[in-house]
Amino acid sequence: MQQFAALLRKDNQPVRYLVVDDSVFARKNLIKMIEMYGGEVAGEAGDGLTAIAEFNRAKPDIVLMDITMPQMEGIEAVERIVRQHPAARIVMVSSVGYQENILAALQKGAKHFVQKPVKPEVLYEILRYVLSDEGGAPHAAPVGVAEEGQA
Amino acid sequence: MKMELIQPFINAADAVFAEALQAPTKIVDLTMDEETYRRKGVAAHILIKGEIEGRVILDLAPDVAMKVASHLAGAEVPESDQVVRETVCELANMVIGNSVTLLNDQGFRFKVFPQEVHMNEQGLAGSVDTEAMVMCIETPCGPAYLNLALHYLRRRRRERDATPVAE
Repeated sequence: MQQFAALLRKDNQPVRYLVVDDSVFARKNLIKMIEMYGGEVAGEAGDGLTAIAEFNRAKPDIVLMDITMPQMEGIEAVERIVRQHPAARIVMVSSVGYQENILAALQKGAKHFVQKPVKPEVLYEILRYVLSDEGGAPHAAPVGVAEEGQA
Repeated sequence: MKMELIQPFINAADAVFAEALQAPTKIVDLTMDEETYRRKGVAAHILIKGEIEGRVILDLAPDVAMKVASHLAGAEVPESDQVVRETVCELANMVIGNSVTLLNDQGFRFKVFPQEVHMNEQGLAGSVDTEAMVMCIETPCGPAYLNLALHYLRRRRRERDATPVAE
């Protein structure tokens, strides 16, 4: 398994993620990667409507959002979340990566886009980039060190 | 069937399996089939309508799906119908999503309908008398089958726009 330096918030706490995908299988796969990055799962949702409720409840640092989902699609959920929380950091994760979809998501307020199947090293770099908008690169420490620090 | 339509699906399937399993895959068999499609295991059946029409079936034996699921989870996954279904669905989603991306960026416009998963003994609706290309992809977890029956309904936007209008 690949090793990644833990991505931490500025307060040295683990980054908290909301994982939104209608496929349990895809969510598990993303959660596995989040754990590899030393992150914490703040919530999960299987559709856009639940994602909005979960965002309001959990206030995650990052949302990983699928596009094609039942009830409410990811792009509409992005629009609604960003309208309420302009600082929300949302990364779209979808197998459908054509330009119109990417542009629509970015126009609604998503910060980045990654196409499935997700490569752990690609998502890691995207998360580093998105988290760096706090005004400087996010803290990256070896996973073991980060865990010791929190203890 | 035009190779231009098939190639994005072949490329996408190859890339998705290779990426998901972190190992090379190989297309070991490619045949044309006009018979009713006979499922090998659990099949995700996806309809496409628009400038391109037809259907795509991704088909994996349950034990192959379980091996893929365990590989992706990084640990042995207890066998269940739900895991098998989820695995086949997500693989099909990725293959379709990646192929649709390629075709869409080439100028084709079409709608992809939600997939139907077939696990029981029933046949696949709409698969009778359809000329299809059946492909066997050898993966480290076992064979995966991709069945493609697609045709153009209309020319893509780029070609329509390029055609001079007769006066």
